[in-house]
Amino acid sequence: MSVIRKMMTLLRGSAREISESVLDANATRIYEQEILDAKHSIDEARASLTGVMAKEMQSAREIERLKKEVERYEGLALEALEKSQEGLAEEVAGRVGALELELEEQSKAHAAYAVQVVKLKDMIKSAEARIREHEREIAMAKTTESVYRATRSISDTIGSSGSKLLDARQSLERIKQRHEDLADRMQAAEALDKELGHKALEAKLAEAGIGNYGDRGRKALERIKAKRAAAAQETAEKGE
Amino acid sequence: MTLKAQLKGLDTITAQQMGGVMVQLQPIPGEVPVIQVSIEGREELPIFVTCSDTQILCMCYLWAEAEVQPGRRMEMLETMLDLNPSVPLSSFGRVGDRYVLFGALARNARVEDVAQDIVALSDNALDALDALSEFLK
Repeated sequence: MSVIRKMMTLLRGSAREISESVLDANATRIYEQEILDAKHSIDEARASLTGVMAKEMQSAREIERLKKEVERYEGLALEALEKSQEGLAEEVAGRVGALELELEEQSKAHAAYAVQVVKLKDMIKSAEARIREHEREIAMAKTTESVYRATRSISDTIGSSGSKLLDARQSLERIKQRHEDLADRMQAAEALDKELGHKALEAKLAEAGIGNYGDRGRKALERIKAKRAAAAQETAEKGE
Repeated sequence: MTLKAQLKGLDTITAQQMGGVMVQLQPIPGEVPVIQVSIEGREELPIFVTCSDTQILCMCYLWAEAEVQPGRRMEMLETMLDLNPSVPLSSFGRVGDRYVLFGALARNARVEDVAQDIVALSDNALDALDALSEFLK
């Protein structure tokens, strides 16, 4: 949680300081060692967790078995009493008592295993969180360092090449101007195309009635009239 | 993998995604790997790609603190903060005294993803510069 707060403190320093030593080599080594340690303790906790959970399951089964045994012997004792076998009943009751003692011990062990499982799971969770925090801290520090170093390289390069970073307004104006130039050029090209290009030639030919471009309407009408005349003549010939 | 090797073909892919404009890559010398991406028609707004162990960062420098109208600085900062979640793939930030727009990718991002981020960043930067220039001197 404290990673961002640390970064806030760091970023109050000068840009040069940040680019030089966000995270010194020693601190990085310590964090990396801590990450390794935490990973190791997670592995260990996972291994014991498997064992403890197995024992927890075993003790649960054992508790079930003992409960059934107690029930069975209680039944037997009852039967003995009904058959007035007082001595036998007492013996069976003694067995029930022993079983109950065993049951109590098993229950205690079971509870202890359950507590241990919770503890191990919590340990794994907190170790994972610790790893994530360290990794995040290293990542944030290294990224900050990179960004500041990159910015310094960029400023240096631009500075040494003689050109300087334009201010934002100038940049914007230039880009906009270029876009306008492009739009103007496209418009001009279109106009030029109309004047000198293919379309202009077609228009001139049509005007002169040359080639395919002549007076299509007039020609079509002539064709239709000729058809009608031919049809009229045919009718007249049939009539004769 | 070095940043340069990872970004092989970035110029061609970015150019394709922008409909065939010229895109030029140029490494910037220094302690950390930086590659400058210049896009035809937007040469004043180059994108710089750099990386750390965990991330690839594409940055575009917008303006410096000195260019901001002092009286409208707070309003500008709030506007940028409000805009941040809405701007696709890019976020506003500040490095030293320079305001930046940047996009972050996983260290092992594909070159196509970096190209997509650069295209978005370039469009966003131009748009942001136009929209937010009212806060500048």
